[in-house]
Amino acid sequence: MINPFEIMETINMIDQENLDIRTITMGISLKSCADPDIDKVCEKVYDKITKYARDLVKTGEDIEKQFGIPIINKRISVTPIATLVDVLDNPTVEKCVRIAKTLDRAAKAVGVNFLGGYTALVQKGYTNGERVLIESIPEALAQTDLVCSSVNIGSTRAGINMDAVKQMGEVVKKAALLTSETKGFACAKLVVFCNAVEDNPFMAGAFLGDGEGECVINVGVSGPGVVKCALEKVKGKDFGVVAETVKKTAFKITRMGQLVAQEASKRLGVPFGIVDLSLAPTPAVGDSVAYILEEMGLEKCGTHGTTAALALLNDAVKKGGVMASSYVGGLSGAFIPVSEDAGMIAAASCGALTLEKLEAMTCVCSVGLDMIVIPGDTSASTISAIIADEAAIGMINQKTTAVRVIPAPGMKEGDVVEFGGLLGTGPVMPVKPYSSEEFISRGGRIPAPINSLKN
Amino acid sequence: MKAIVTVVGKDKKGIIAKVSNVLFKNDVNIVDISQTIMQDMFTMIMMVEFDETGVSVVEIEKALKAAEKEMGLSIHVQREEIFSSMHRI
Repeated sequence: MINPFEIMETINMIDQENLDIRTITMGISLKSCADPDIDKVCEKVYDKITKYARDLVKTGEDIEKQFGIPIINKRISVTPIATLVDVLDNPTVEKCVRIAKTLDRAAKAVGVNFLGGYTALVQKGYTNGERVLIESIPEALAQTDLVCSSVNIGSTRAGINMDAVKQMGEVVKKAALLTSETKGFACAKLVVFCNAVEDNPFMAGAFLGDGEGECVINVGVSGPGVVKCALEKVKGKDFGVVAETVKKTAFKITRMGQLVAQEASKRLGVPFGIVDLSLAPTPAVGDSVAYILEEMGLEKCGTHGTTAALALLNDAVKKGGVMASSYVGGLSGAFIPVSEDAGMIAAASCGALTLEKLEAMTCVCSVGLDMIVIPGDTSASTISAIIADEAAIGMINQKTTAVRVIPAPGMKEGDVVEFGGLLGTGPVMPVKPYSSEEFISRGGRIPAPINSLKN
Repeated sequence: MKAIVTVVGKDKKGIIAKVSNVLFKNDVNIVDISQTIMQDMFTMIMMVEFDETGVSVVEIEKALKAAEKEMGLSIHVQREEIFSSMHRI
């Protein structure tokens, strides 16, 4: 019955190799909180969140203690707030910011680490409420601590809304300027998506999509360190062995996520949604996706061969994880947030990892250009162009892509920005000095690609 | 409820006695026990069983803290499902 090696393997994964559950995220529908009166909206939103998530943090901590597995974050995702803004009488930026502050207050009251869903989905066009909400994002993020925002500006089905792309460049820029004393921290809480998913438990892009239920528990696993350590044992072996090793490890990690998800769902009396099979790095030593790629034989992450290595890793993680969980969803893949990954930070600092290489890497892995600090004088249109490039990759390849860049005010190439905690440290990476202004100012919509015509 | 107690540390006299004594005092039954040297470290793994209404995993771990400190050990108490779910289909 007891197999000492298996038990010690599990314990080593947790103690030495940074295996953890990254997040238990409770999705809460706020559709019932819609009201033309802003006071009523705020009251309903606060009451609903604090009622539904009352026991979330305590339950997470109990599971953590009883199973001996660290659960790093407890989070909440809500219905895109633009839905509520659309119902408001005479929606204004001030009213939106009031809702953001209410969300922040509710998140603090229940003790979660983040709350996501200050969101608008405008891949094809804006409603009035969505337009106001997007306008309010910089203020909302600057005046709150825990609220995360995301905007979906494109999809394989709809094409890319280039008006929204243009506006998001400006929004990112303004968010950075409003938080210049923290080097643009607000931008770390803002993601621009193409093909956003509705059940993502990871921040800053979590929201509870339209097709979701009243309340749901989604779990995101982590564990780059475990994969790296497993690969250390197969040094020099061929890629078949590498893929097999990653698969087996991903299976074990995901089983842990599945167990925690089921347990949390049972204790909270809330349906279990999905396990997100992602390899999410942290700045901690040994918890890096870049180090996995380097373990495969690359001198530095970002050198030639990195995209191939990442493709293998991302695919093997999914193959291993899929059988370990009854419902897989979210983003599910390897994350490559630069400032949150010790190996990526090192690779970017020495020049091995550039924005162009990262863009190529996003073609084969989960999400996109994530937590990248760029010079503070980068123009809004250049940021928009970065978003457009990334969205094009997502649209054509029918995958989620995202941009979370921080144009850190006053910082230039070679400087380093310290965000602290899970968000880490970001070396400022150079962008192209040539203008994309005319391209971005065209506006309109990039039509949906031919591969969207499936019916 | 079933839980796994793992004890890792430098081998010395009285580890088993100390740990099992604490378990006994907390009304915890030892179902299975295995002991080995892994990477020069004394490693003991116990499967234990107890009545959830009387004592919890967290309380058992707390009760073992003194022994852990005194003998320079690392002791974990975790519910059994975490191991079975990870290694068994």
